[in-house]
Amino acid sequence: MTDIDAQGGEADTPAEIAPEIAPETLFDTLLTRSHEQLVLHPTRESYSALLATLHAAGYHSVIDLCGVDYLTNDSRQLPADIEPERFEVVVNLINHRERARLRLRVQVPEADAVVPSAFNLYPGTEAMERETFDMFGITFEGHPDLTRILMPEDWIGHPLRKDYDSGRIPVQFKGAPANR
Amino acid sequence: MTATHELPANVNQTSEGGQELTSAGVVAAGERLRELGAVLRMSENDAIVAEREQVPDDETMIINMGPQHPSTHGVLRLMLELQGETVLRCKPIIGYLHTGMERTGEELTYLQGPTNVTRMDYAAPLFTELAFSLTVEKLLEIEVPERAIWIRMLMTEMNRISSHLLFMATNGMDLGAVSMMLYGWREREEALRFLQEVTGLRMNHNFIRPGGVAADLPDGWRDSVLRLLDMLPGRLAEYDTLLNQQPIFRERLQGVGAITAEECLALGVTGPILRSTGYDWDLRRDMPYLAFDQVEFDVVVGSYGDCFDRYAIRLAEIHESMKIVRQCLEKMPKGDYRIQDKKVTPPPRARIDESMEALIHHFKIFTEGFKVPEGEAYVSIESPRGELGCYIVSDGSSKPYRMHVRAPSFVNLQSLPHLMHGSLVADAVAIISSVDPILGEVDR
Repeated sequence: MTDIDAQGGEADTPAEIAPEIAPETLFDTLLTRSHEQLVLHPTRESYSALLATLHAAGYHSVIDLCGVDYLTNDSRQLPADIEPERFEVVVNLINHRERARLRLRVQVPEADAVVPSAFNLYPGTEAMERETFDMFGITFEGHPDLTRILMPEDWIGHPLRKDYDSGRIPVQFKGAPANR
Repeated sequence: MTATHELPANVNQTSEGGQELTSAGVVAAGERLRELGAVLRMSENDAIVAEREQVPDDETMIINMGPQHPSTHGVLRLMLELQGETVLRCKPIIGYLHTGMERTGEELTYLQGPTNVTRMDYAAPLFTELAFSLTVEKLLEIEVPERAIWIRMLMTEMNRISSHLLFMATNGMDLGAVSMMLYGWREREEALRFLQEVTGLRMNHNFIRPGGVAADLPDGWRDSVLRLLDMLPGRLAEYDTLLNQQPIFRERLQGVGAITAEECLALGVTGPILRSTGYDWDLRRDMPYLAFDQVEFDVVVGSYGDCFDRYAIRLAEIHESMKIVRQCLEKMPKGDYRIQDKKVTPPPRARIDESMEALIHHFKIFTEGFKVPEGEAYVSIESPRGELGCYIVSDGSSKPYRMHVRAPSFVNLQSLPHLMHGSLVADAVAIISSVDPILGEVDR
């Protein structure tokens, strides 16, 4: 028993170097693991269909939805077939019955930052998608009320983008004189 | 969709444009149905009924509630469309307390991180620190010592008690039971006194840090805990007499703002609101973190999903937290209160006096911070308000590349339009109160 295990352990190491393993999939979508957490990598086209599949499979809640701007980070791990893009929309789902969680990472190109909205299936994403729109400028197609949620409506720019200047500037209240 | 027509100057200065509730006449029928159904998809029959319910524009009125309103728990602004006393539509407008904490989190090292996140949910600061620390520890792949785990449990459960006591106070105040406010505040202060004894601060503790906790429990902590545990049951019994057995209080809450489990799940609502519908879900039991699988406690659920259930659940959860605290008292192991990993933990104070390397190391950890391997992780815990999650992307440096906090209040607030539809304005206050939003966490 132990011998077989040891052999298996040895076989693991070269397998990591060899790229010839079939990529793991779940719900017909590329699957990776990040610290024992399951991460699915749908494309923008398959995202809506995957959500429908997951909803039918018992993932009844979108617990979290947020954006990430990978402008200055080249270190992320993605499956070979997935083309890295500047933005990512990260969706965390939960299956209460099986006590399981899944995370979806959808690549969103900068030039066409549009993602289908999950609102029709998961109305709870309403505020979260608005926040992602507000902070990253990612548009959610089909969202009923895509307005800014945290920043004032007339704010220019999307504050969580990596090319948005951050620093200690005076707080800009509306109507306050500039350059105070 | 921003309004371009001429508005009086003062309106222009305060208007939130498209974020605001549009007047009923302008809204397309489909959108109106969505708002009536409070973002839940309606069945055909419901839609027909709602269509019939539709009242002419000139019979309704849109009013603002907040952001400066004592019952909105901070700076929550609600736009209510009223027909007489009845709320037809409601839209929460938030962001008045937005300070860009997620962005700030990207500029702070992992060691400084808890000072930032602790200010999000100011009624339960230890929980955000815990979520942040657990996520960083997951990325670092380190295990904190047993004693640190139990100290974290003790402290967060104490914090849950103080947070729910604050709810008792504000809930009473919102409903006109002003004496309840004083009592709730008084007991909360006792709980905060214990937190202060351990962490040095009443709020914004920065006590739970990646790698463990900031300091060991002080001498005499057992007595302080016991004093609190002896005092609270009597006081909670007083609440029971004062509120549960008071017909006016019950009338104000029972049957008000009901929601079903399906609606909660669809809206992503968690915590006491979800449990009030009878849905048996508590992350402490169902997806245990820390050592919650080693303690005995009950998950309290309601049956009607109304304001009274949400109140009763929080009262019962204080009792359950006291149970857990008592078990922490018995089971508190000996040992280190933080991980002895040179990468993460600064050397002990005494070593700095005698070793040059220790001094340099200490300096490096506090100036540069420690590096966290590349990767991403999401860890969530059960805060007094629901699932509190933290998602961190690391690029291998000593600062998070992206730090996102899934704030329960932010998501729970989405249930307000649904809870309020068809209720009275006076009930709106009770409903906001029963959702128990903390605006620091909503706006971050």
